[in-house]
Amino acid sequence: MPQDFFGRIVYILNRNGMSYINGAINTMIIAVVGTFIGCLIGFAVGIVQTIPLEKKDKLFKKIILRIVWFVLGAYVEVFRGTPMMAQAMFIYFGSSVVFHINMSMWFAAFFIVSINTGAYMAETVRGGILSIDPGQTEGAKAIGMTHVQTMLYVILPQALRNIMPQIGNNLIINIKDTCVLSTIGIVELFYATNGVAGALYTYFEAFTVAMVVYFALTFTCSRLLRFWEKKMDGSDNYDLATTDTLAHTSGLYSYTGNKDREEA
Amino acid sequence: MNQEQVIKISHLSKTFGKNVVLKDIDFSVSTGDVTCIIGASGSGKSTLLRCLNLLETPTTGEILYHDRDIANLHKEAAAYRAKVGMVFQSFNLFNNMTVLGNRMVGQIKVLKKKKEEARERALAFLEKVGMAPYINAKPRQLSGGQKQRVAIARALAMEPELLLFDEPTSALDPQMVGEVLDVMKQLAKEGLTMIIVTHEMAFARDVASHVVFMADGIIEEEGDPSQIFSNPQNYKTKEFLSRFMRG
Ligand SMILES: Nc1ncnc2c1ncn2[C@@H]1O[C@H](COP(=O)(O)OP(=O)(O)OP(=O)(O)O)[C@@H](O)[C@H]1O
Ligand SMILES: [Mg+2]
Repeated sequence: MPQDFFGRIVYILNRNGMSYINGAINTMIIAVVGTFIGCLIGFAVGIVQTIPLEKKDKLFKKIILRIVWFVLGAYVEVFRGTPMMAQAMFIYFGSSVVFHINMSMWFAAFFIVSINTGAYMAETVRGGILSIDPGQTEGAKAIGMTHVQTMLYVILPQALRNIMPQIGNNLIINIKDTCVLSTIGIVELFYATNGVAGALYTYFEAFTVAMVVYFALTFTCSRLLRFWEKKMDGSDNYDLATTDTLAHTSGLYSYTGNKDREEA
Repeated sequence: MNQEQVIKISHLSKTFGKNVVLKDIDFSVSTGDVTCIIGASGSGKSTLLRCLNLLETPTTGEILYHDRDIANLHKEAAAYRAKVGMVFQSFNLFNNMTVLGNRMVGQIKVLKKKKEEARERALAFLEKVGMAPYINAKPRQLSGGQKQRVAIARALAMEPELLLFDEPTSALDPQMVGEVLDVMKQLAKEGLTMIIVTHEMAFARDVASHVVFMADGIIEEEGDPSQIFSNPQNYKTKEFLSRFMRG
């Protein structure tokens, strides 16, 4: 074992490079899948929470909707209000003791990250939908769109664009927070690093490598998402489709019909 | 022209909480009519239009659409709105679509037209309002007058039986007002049935076949444009018009 800091790092990389790579891959799989499913959950919950209730709706619909809203609200509050590490223990161990369900470690990992992200995304999506100008909904209604069509073609695409930064944020948080899953035995980056550090008793060096890897992962993701956002916005310019002369009259023109009578 | 009654409103009232905004409104519109609604700010003109398009539910009264009461439609409200279009003061173009997309989405999703057909018709209507060159622009890239012309084309593409305009030129710079009014004038000439809330008195006088004056949620006076503008009977109308004409 080399004596200097950099020498040890090179040594670790040579000896345990594969553990880091495997750990990083597992971290990314859980983070990406968890964020994706979490977003789906978030969208589903956010959409249900913004269903408009009108006075003339049937009593049955009102009751059902209120019950569903209450359940979803409770879900959001509970999962936002407790630490993911505690949830991991509670769900993974609780499910086998209380319900005699033996979750696989991986299933539990996906489940916990998704449901956690879902709780956060639900609020984000709800806010995203509510922040769209009501005029957009009215414009859609005025050409005869139903609520579902309005959501699908007008509101959600705009809301999605607005909450893209939040989705990116969640992905980055998840990349970092998957480390809590080491408590249920998933060999992700943190677990792998701990193994390396413990085996060689080189905590400082091992975690230096881990820090660099974590940062590389999150930084790459945040740049990729930024790039994707730009693409969603489309080009800032547009081409005039023809050289129609009418186009050039716009803004240079005013209604003057019968002005004389007006002044009379 | 064969004047068939499209809309007949009777005893329509609307209250928001304790605020009575419309009181016992009666009026009707037949095919080809261009009805202009004028009146002071807060008199309930927008609310009346919004009730007609079921964006608001009337508190009491009925709205007969071809002799069928639609005031309390629920499930079929969307189908009704596809026939009665609306153009808003704030345009309400879909921000996530191009000009062409704005035209096509209603035809494809609501009228279930084929994409090609929708495109062709969209282009035809954009041509009509002089916006054909801008099909690839996004709403945020257009001027107010251009947006409003696109919004009118969007409403027209649905082939509405009746088109409602809520102060279509109020959010526009003075030099853009004309381009929009000209489009509307053209539509009136072609016989489109319209109800127009406007503060453009000269336009109302030239284009309307019928003028309705509202004050405090009541229709105070209605009649021929020449009669309302030259010889108003109600003192409120007189006062409103004199204030307006002096500017
Ligand atoms: N959603 C609402 N809730 C409560 N009050 C409302 C609502 N919409 C309108 N009002 C009230 O109804 C009255 C009439 O409003 P309305 O918008 O119909 O007036 P208007 O004649 O269109 O005025 P303007 O010329 O300024 O557009 C106003 O006093 C307004 O405050
Ligand atoms: Mg108004």
